[in-house]
Amino acid sequence: MKFTAPHIEYDLLSPILIVLAVAVLGVLVEAAVPRARRYVVQVSLSLVGIVAALVAALLVMSRINPTSDKPKSGYLAAVDALALDGPTLFCWVLILVLALLGVLLFAERRLEGGVTAFAGQASALPGTEAERQASAMGLEHTEVFPLMMFAVSGMLMFPAANDLLTLFVALEVLSLPLYLLCGLARRRRLLSQEAALKYFMLGAFSSGFFVYGNALVYGYAGSMQFDNIAFAVSSGSGSEALLLGGMGMLAVGLLFKVGAAPFLAWTPDVYQGAPTPVTAFMAAATKVAAFGALLRLFYVAFGGARWDWQPMFWIIAIATMVVGSVLALSQTDVKRLLAYSSVAHAGFLLTGFLGARSLTDIAPGDLNPVQAVLFYVTTYGLTTMAAFAIVSVVRDGAGEVTQLSRWAGLGKESPLVAGSFAFLLLGMAGIPLTSGFTGKWAVFASAASAGAWPVVIVAVLMSAIAAYFYVKIIVVMFFSDPIGDGPSVTVPSVMTSSVIAVGVAATFVLGVVPGPLLDLLGRTAQFIR
Amino acid sequence: MSFPWLSVMLFLPIAGALVVMVLPGAGSALHKQVALGTSLLTLAVGVALAIRYDSGSSAAYQFTEQHEWIKSFGAHYALGVDGVGLTLVMLTVILAPVVILASWNDAEGGRWSPKAFFAWMLALEGLAVGVFAATDVFLFYVFFEATLIPIYFLIGGFGGPTRARASVKFLLYSLAGGLIMLASVIGLYVESARHQGGRASGGATYLVTELAKIDFGTDVGRWLFLGFFVAFAIKAPMFPVHTWLPDTTEAATPGTSVMLVSVLDKIGTFGMLRFCLELFPEASKWATPAVVVFAVISIVYGALMAIGSDNIPRLIAYTSVSHFGFIVLGIFVMNSQGLSGANLYMFNHGLSTAALFLVTGFLISRRGSALISDFGGVEKVAPVLAGIFLIAGLSSLSLPGLSPFVSEFLVIVGAFSYSHVAAAFAVSGIVLAAIYILFMYQRTMTGPTRDEVAGMKDLGTREVAALAPVLLLIVILGFFPKPLLSVINPSVDHTLERVQKHDPAPEVPLPTSTGSSLQEGAHE
Repeated sequence: MKFTAPHIEYDLLSPILIVLAVAVLGVLVEAAVPRARRYVVQVSLSLVGIVAALVAALLVMSRINPTSDKPKSGYLAAVDALALDGPTLFCWVLILVLALLGVLLFAERRLEGGVTAFAGQASALPGTEAERQASAMGLEHTEVFPLMMFAVSGMLMFPAANDLLTLFVALEVLSLPLYLLCGLARRRRLLSQEAALKYFMLGAFSSGFFVYGNALVYGYAGSMQFDNIAFAVSSGSGSEALLLGGMGMLAVGLLFKVGAAPFLAWTPDVYQGAPTPVTAFMAAATKVAAFGALLRLFYVAFGGARWDWQPMFWIIAIATMVVGSVLALSQTDVKRLLAYSSVAHAGFLLTGFLGARSLTDIAPGDLNPVQAVLFYVTTYGLTTMAAFAIVSVVRDGAGEVTQLSRWAGLGKESPLVAGSFAFLLLGMAGIPLTSGFTGKWAVFASAASAGAWPVVIVAVLMSAIAAYFYVKIIVVMFFSDPIGDGPSVTVPSVMTSSVIAVGVAATFVLGVVPGPLLDLLGRTAQFIR
Repeated sequence: MSFPWLSVMLFLPIAGALVVMVLPGAGSALHKQVALGTSLLTLAVGVALAIRYDSGSSAAYQFTEQHEWIKSFGAHYALGVDGVGLTLVMLTVILAPVVILASWNDAEGGRWSPKAFFAWMLALEGLAVGVFAATDVFLFYVFFEATLIPIYFLIGGFGGPTRARASVKFLLYSLAGGLIMLASVIGLYVESARHQGGRASGGATYLVTELAKIDFGTDVGRWLFLGFFVAFAIKAPMFPVHTWLPDTTEAATPGTSVMLVSVLDKIGTFGMLRFCLELFPEASKWATPAVVVFAVISIVYGALMAIGSDNIPRLIAYTSVSHFGFIVLGIFVMNSQGLSGANLYMFNHGLSTAALFLVTGFLISRRGSALISDFGGVEKVAPVLAGIFLIAGLSSLSLPGLSPFVSEFLVIVGAFSYSHVAAAFAVSGIVLAAIYILFMYQRTMTGPTRDEVAGMKDLGTREVAALAPVLLLIVILGFFPKPLLSVINPSVDHTLERVQKHDPAPEVPLPTSTGSSLQEGAHE
């Protein structure tokens, strides 16, 4: 048997390859560069790598002519394993922008008085002499940067994956570094390690479902390729039970990643326990990657079986919105509250996802569901990132203060920070003139166009409930009097500040002039098969 | 491209708000002067606009501006006013300087620096102009929700002891209504996209003029109507979704209450007219009996609650519930008297309530208590205050000769030609109004002067100057409502045409030349 070397389009895949190369180089840096200089080398390496990957991604994007009226649909690369079309490339750019902001948050040192927010020595047990020594010596784990780069490479592959195996590999590549990063908090380490373990256990469990789903779908279609699966679905040749079981199990794996009901149990604990920069990055970027993948898998591979999976997603979307909004009401911790709010937002995103309908039903110029979901995830990602960045600057002597009651009167102490946070919260609540409103409008309109009226009604009611807990935070910050030992805002370095500024600016700009981005998405949001 | 009058009136106050924010706050009155100057400048632009308005024009909207905003959503930045829009825009720009002047020192004791108060006030003025001038449903919705934010901070930042709770209650009620409306707004998009085949331009659109051409069909139209109507009923506020209003006015400063009740609550009734009747005429007729019942309940219930209130701002809030009942009644009886009366009522109620809130605000701040039972015999120590209080109160109870009389009379005439029973109940609102106003006046102003109010100072020059224009307008429009009616009536005719209702033919044969005497009566 003759072995043919696969043809790899290095130019098209350059963004992924650059990020992977930076990750590998980062590991080498850990081995070769003296400890004192590692921070600077790692941070600059990561920044340069991400910017280079971003430029490469934009170059690839320019090849499909996104500004013309009839853009190219895209390319299939690496022997059809990866599909580089409009949605993929948009996700790439978005993930890389979020990663860039993430690196800035990871590299923040001023808040902890000269060290990063990560454990000095992760192997030292919490509360032991070794831990004290590590922190006295000012040790810090610079491995977080290569770990993050590995996660980013997985996230880039995830929405591009065009067969089930690639999808699974990407899922693991993006997940494993994140599990590790979650356990590396410098403060409240037991909570952080518990979060990491919980995330890992549940994540591994859901991966098991995912692989099983892979196997079932392979049994149904005789192929891992999305277009072959789509062909099998439309010809309806295989066993219906295998298809339904396979789709259900694949959905479990993906819905776990986006934190949808009923697979959301990990979200609050992990969001709370993980170091805040990791939470920020994870909350924003993972959702982009996971929704990119979810859209491709269900629209491309299972598009023909729409009538089978849509009822399931109706129920999941409703349950996710209800659970996220209602449970958020009773939260007293800002990070947990934002975690439940992220669950609610996953539900709103799923509402947009329900807008699936056959291409002939979508007239040119109409809002299409891919466009709506990608737009929403953009607005949500940037807003959330800035919100968590603000959480990381509200501190007292023992680190971040996340109890909501202790934020009382923050508006008086630090009007700028509290004002920015209030604006971001209004954005998440979907008040007009913020990006949250345009995003919400897009996903609701997408669902309504496909006739999912009951879901839209639930969605607006849940938006009203969600507004309550966002407003509650504003009331605490602005209309309550400060308590005695309240936290104060530590002035961060320019890195965290710029993340906050970018998030606030994006929340405003995408709320007032969303047109250009929506148009871009409208022209390019077509999947290649 | 003509001069963008409405955009100027929209953005001038917002720009002023930004300037006020960057000015030095403490120890200087500059920010107040800038705020007052901005609002006066906006008023000047408004007056120029009103003079240029051509009430004989056949165009649906004047001073129109239209730019594509978000193509994928079919949303436009489209402004324009008809007669109703113009009167409400004018009401907004008239009341803003009045409120700013009257609230000169109200913000000092607030949680934040007073400049935040004036900045939010100006922002609110600009956004309110936007609401009344928007001719695109999406743009209207954006402004509708955006106005909540300034008022929320005005209540929560500068109000009384219960302000935090009141501001949240206000915001949640309004947001809940707004989000229900969002479902209908999205429904409009879906329907517009579905009906696009008939139009060459392609794509969905939110322009009111385009949407009015769509026949939504019975079921869809009724659902969409309900979404809009519920939001507007909360905003207006109608029984049984009015409970946020008394709580809010109790906590807010008088100036905030004026902007809320006199201006923002008009969005509710304005919306019923502009969107419910204009876009869904069939569904509006379908809903009329139920709406009329709720309107009549609002009239009577609001008045009864007002009689029972000891807290003055709560009392005024309940009177407004009653008055909004009249406005809604006038709108939904769908005849020319009712509609003219309702439109006029929106303007006049704005004036009389503003006067009442502001003058009682002066009274309350002097005594440090808002309870009627804490006052007595004020007219002896503060005769000017008492006199203005009496005029404001009499205008609120629609004394003939003061402007609200004309509108209330027209509404009741319209109600009689719709249903004698409804009108009979509505008339009781007038009697009850006399009770709550005169009873309040009697208990606070007359009788032996209580010790606590013995040292009360009368109104100062600033306070009189703030109230004078409002009182003047109340008196002038009471005797001479024609300018207002001549602006409003073309819009009324247009609305009647939309709902395809005509005034009932007179039962007595009349000479042809005066065949529409009822209508003439309304127009003059």
